[in-house]
Amino acid sequence: MISLFKERRQKLTLFKSSRQKNIQHRISVPEGLYTRCPGCKQDFISEQVAANYYVCPGCGYHMRLTAQGRIKLIADKGSMRELNAGLITRENLDFPGYSEKLASLEAQTGLKEAVVTGVCTIDGISTVIGVMDSRFLMGSMGSVVGEKITRAVEYATKRRLPIVIFTASGGARMQEGIISLMQMAKTSNALARHSQAGLLYISVLTHPTTGGVTASFASLGDIILAEPGALIGFAGPRVIEQTIRQKLPEGFQRAEFLLEHGFLDMIVERQNLKSTLGSLLRLHSPSAILNRKKGGG
Amino acid sequence: MPLKEAEDQIRLLDERLSKTEDREERQAILDEKNRILKDAYENLTSYDRVYLARKPTRPGVRDYIKNIFSEFYELHGDRLMRDDPAVIGGIASLDGIAVTVIGHCKGKNLEENIKCNFGMPNPEGYRKALRLMKQAEKFNRPIITFIDTPGAYPGIESEEHGQGEAIARNLLEMGSLQVPIISIVIGEGGSGGALAMSVADRIWMLENAVYSILSPEGFASILWKDASRAREAAELMKLTSFDLYQMGIADRLFAEPKGGLNQNSRSIYQRLKTALKAELEQLAKLNKRTLIEQRYKKYRRIGDCSPK
Repeated sequence: MISLFKERRQKLTLFKSSRQKNIQHRISVPEGLYTRCPGCKQDFISEQVAANYYVCPGCGYHMRLTAQGRIKLIADKGSMRELNAGLITRENLDFPGYSEKLASLEAQTGLKEAVVTGVCTIDGISTVIGVMDSRFLMGSMGSVVGEKITRAVEYATKRRLPIVIFTASGGARMQEGIISLMQMAKTSNALARHSQAGLLYISVLTHPTTGGVTASFASLGDIILAEPGALIGFAGPRVIEQTIRQKLPEGFQRAEFLLEHGFLDMIVERQNLKSTLGSLLRLHSPSAILNRKKGGG
Repeated sequence: MPLKEAEDQIRLLDERLSKTEDREERQAILDEKNRILKDAYENLTSYDRVYLARKPTRPGVRDYIKNIFSEFYELHGDRLMRDDPAVIGGIASLDGIAVTVIGHCKGKNLEENIKCNFGMPNPEGYRKALRLMKQAEKFNRPIITFIDTPGAYPGIESEEHGQGEAIARNLLEMGSLQVPIISIVIGEGGSGGALAMSVADRIWMLENAVYSILSPEGFASILWKDASRAREAAELMKLTSFDLYQMGIADRLFAEPKGGLNQNSRSIYQRLKTALKAELEQLAKLNKRTLIEQRYKKYRRIGDCSPK
């Protein structure tokens, strides 16, 4: 038994050191010395978890990443230039407690909204990115999230750049009512134009992606990737259980389930995400496209 | 008094009325009835409108199709999987002009409702709708959609078949369809399930129709963990036709008789028919590019949040 533990510790140390070599810079460490894995419920040293891109060193569970953590993981160091950081909510601020909630979340997370958008390079390729953060009102899409995504897509279309969007969202934001719902149409329409211009959109679905975000831009990638184990669906599991009055099968609405049903292209582990994106972007860059004779006939 | 309660009281008064021959008593009952009706109809709350929008006696998509168009050929299936009876669609004639008509189909009784899944489409329904819209585009037919759904169905199969993807695809495609699209919310405009058939050049609403991000019950249960506070939620949600008009999302409203539409309401069909013909004539004057550009802008400006 003890030897088993020893062996495991050795493996972990090895794993950690090899990770550390690859990592260019530290991803922000959450408070507290230990982090409990939501998957295997074991405690791990927080620094170790952070060094492992917040993937559980024990069971491989992919923990939620903050937007900043995701950007550090994906964007080439120092390349990120944020776009439209100053956009603020002006819709339905008379909804009871809404503006207070927004203010307290800003203080808590340092984020102004549930998505950060910008332009960066990934393995040297210029790309527009959008990164959602589930700490901010469950990553819900209200007017600001819809507007920032739309502007990011329009920016990409105008400059003929690819776009990568990392989703993590409970769906459209209730507090802004119908305005939130309409953001689904707004973002999708912008993506239609990006697509018609022949440009690449990669959607990366992370835990959890549900509701109005699944039913709009998350599902519209030319290529759709997901992190292992991510919950992805239109209706939330609780709503479905209440409707059909049955327990849901094991693994329902997980990334692996979606892959099997044909709604994902690939499941990519976080440690391989940047290199996978880099390669896919490179395969879509002008230099990789076969030069063909112009004109008809 | 909530409208539903008022209607229950009226039913009791009607019963009493049928049992008495005494003239004075009859008059008293009639006066009481009028007082209750007047009071209820003049102070409709948002939730009263939700109640009216859901009333099974309200005309459904088939009533509109039958009474507005001179011919209708229903077309079936998504060509991928099956035919979803929660969505009805086909080719119709609007006084000689060929149009494609699509709508959510609710039943008038339990049996019908089980057949059409209470107007809650599965992905196949949205894919059928999209197929018919693409067909409309090919043959240069305007598209008219009738919106009346509690929402897209939340079930195991609907998730397996990609409910989210089906809705998303419709949003993306409808934005660039090269023919005019007019959507009329005739009852419940329930969330993404309604939006997936109503990305349009014009959004019209009947007076007592509602359009919201989710049902007031769902809203209350998420926000307060208590679905019974739906009445309260409805007031907060700004879901009435007047709210949507004020927010610039609904372009035009159509008045309903006191107490809402029922099977005897005839004038609504003629008014809609006249309005549709006039509007299509206007939209036909736009070239394809302008049409699509204006539709893009219609949604683009919703939720402006530039710093002041």
